[in-house]
Amino acid sequence: MANALADPDSGLAPAQLATRYGLRIAGERPSLSRYTRQLWQYRHFISAYAHAKLTASFSNARLGQLWQVLTPLTNAAVYFLIFGLILKQNRGMDNFLAYLTAGVFIFNFTQTCVQNGTQAISGNLGLIRALHFPRACLPLAITVQQFQQLVGSLLVLFGIVLATGEPLTLMWLMLVPAILLQTIFNAGLTMTVARLGAKATDLKQVMPFVLRAWMYSSGVLYSVELFADALPGWATTVLQFNPMLVYIELARVALLENAPLLSPSLLLTWLIALGWTIVMGVGGYLYFWRGEQEYGRG
Amino acid sequence: MVDHLAMSNDVTVTLPRIQERIPTVVVDDAHVVYRVHRGAGGNQSPVAAFKRMVTRTAAPNVREVHAVRGVSFTAYRGEAIGLIGTNGSGKSTLLRAIAGLLPVERGAVYTQGQPSLLGVNAALLNDLPGERNVMLGCLAMGMPPAEVQRKLPEIIEFSGINQRGDFASLPMRTYSSGMSARLRFSIAAAKQHDVLLIDEALATGDKRFRKRSEKRVRELRESAGTVFLVSHQLSSVRDTCERTIWLESGELRMDGPTEEVLRAYETFTNGK
Repeated sequence: MANALADPDSGLAPAQLATRYGLRIAGERPSLSRYTRQLWQYRHFISAYAHAKLTASFSNARLGQLWQVLTPLTNAAVYFLIFGLILKQNRGMDNFLAYLTAGVFIFNFTQTCVQNGTQAISGNLGLIRALHFPRACLPLAITVQQFQQLVGSLLVLFGIVLATGEPLTLMWLMLVPAILLQTIFNAGLTMTVARLGAKATDLKQVMPFVLRAWMYSSGVLYSVELFADALPGWATTVLQFNPMLVYIELARVALLENAPLLSPSLLLTWLIALGWTIVMGVGGYLYFWRGEQEYGRG
Repeated sequence: MVDHLAMSNDVTVTLPRIQERIPTVVVDDAHVVYRVHRGAGGNQSPVAAFKRMVTRTAAPNVREVHAVRGVSFTAYRGEAIGLIGTNGSGKSTLLRAIAGLLPVERGAVYTQGQPSLLGVNAALLNDLPGERNVMLGCLAMGMPPAEVQRKLPEIIEFSGINQRGDFASLPMRTYSSGMSARLRFSIAAAKQHDVLLIDEALATGDKRFRKRSEKRVRELRESAGTVFLVSHQLSSVRDTCERTIWLESGELRMDGPTEEVLRAYETFTNGK
């Protein structure tokens, strides 16, 4: 330190030195706009990671990627066996098989997003502690991965719907915005549970029960008309606002000729769907961003 | 302006160097405290837990570990700094605080850009082939896809995992621990980092790979980054770093030229 006098920085306190050279506090949370821009730069990582996860999930199975279609197919077969043939839940519905499969597949999309989302952070601590990237990449990759799964399921669904004698109409196009809204909703929800699951690791144990309750209140396995018949009026009104019920109904209305609707009008159903998408999509993103500096710590 | 200074820093080695030193990491009296949740298990019964809930006493199942106690130093651009100390002296914790992965309890850590921590436990996707992991790792470091494609063969080559047949296309779960550690190091070393933190990563791998990675660390440093190296292998600290920080029980015991610090450290460990 013989040259200490010649050093213009020698008299500065560490904090002043840091500001002078534009150093930032380690692990500081970026502003919302900066975070969004970072996230956009990482879009290739998101899709590559989603794709890698998808391949990895089937890498130990002999049939490989074929399971992407086989899983929903067997799923639908089991539910049809129990609810269609054994319990005879169809209650005079025209096309119960297609009605059931549409519900199962659409609900499954959100369900797996939530299940995997609770572990998006806690299951990837190694990656998080090693590399720096906007953490929202992880829940978003889960949503993208599940979306790809859904596409496989939808192909099966189309087959079932057509095979059971439903006509191919312009209404089918309605499926595109409906799925789009649900995907954004799922992204927000996945980010929300990802942050919750990062701190409260017990959430993983609770989630299956929450999801099961949600499934029964979404009219996946039986006609939504059952709610109107069995529940008091106010409960039916509350159920109308159940986002999953709404997304499932929209998909059913798009594909099936005579799908019953719980709410009085189709327009109202669309508005509720749109509302949930905005609330969950924006809210989930903000909520996740606010926790950005906490992930991977402790 | 910063870049201009950096260039002149490379050219001049004599006196003016002191004046143009650019700090990249400033650690100001940093304290890091771990809070370890011991879960509901251990020695507490449900009755005890219920009693606590009724009497509203604090849960005893959170323990605090004061891992780093008031460390201060400034690291400059172009430096390679070795971090040494006996097991549990807080070296890795300090690195994680610099990387922004652990919050500091008191004091502050300022860094330039985003430091990258490279540790042996950095997990990639074990079910996927090595190549895919390289691509994912590079994308996760923010490289554009075109650059990833260009660097892919280079990284595989550097890691040397293909020395015994085509391992790059096999899932990583088939790799030996040394091979996957080498691959992880190669991925992280492929990018130009402002600040690179290496935690024991050079200890794995055979001698040939160690020589190669030491060379790579020197290259990274020359291209105006700062490198921190945590290692128990004093020889690799001696070969790569000219400055060394010695931590003991979370406190900074010595900070200076590698030779001096290592000599003191060796006397200390031999004396024990």
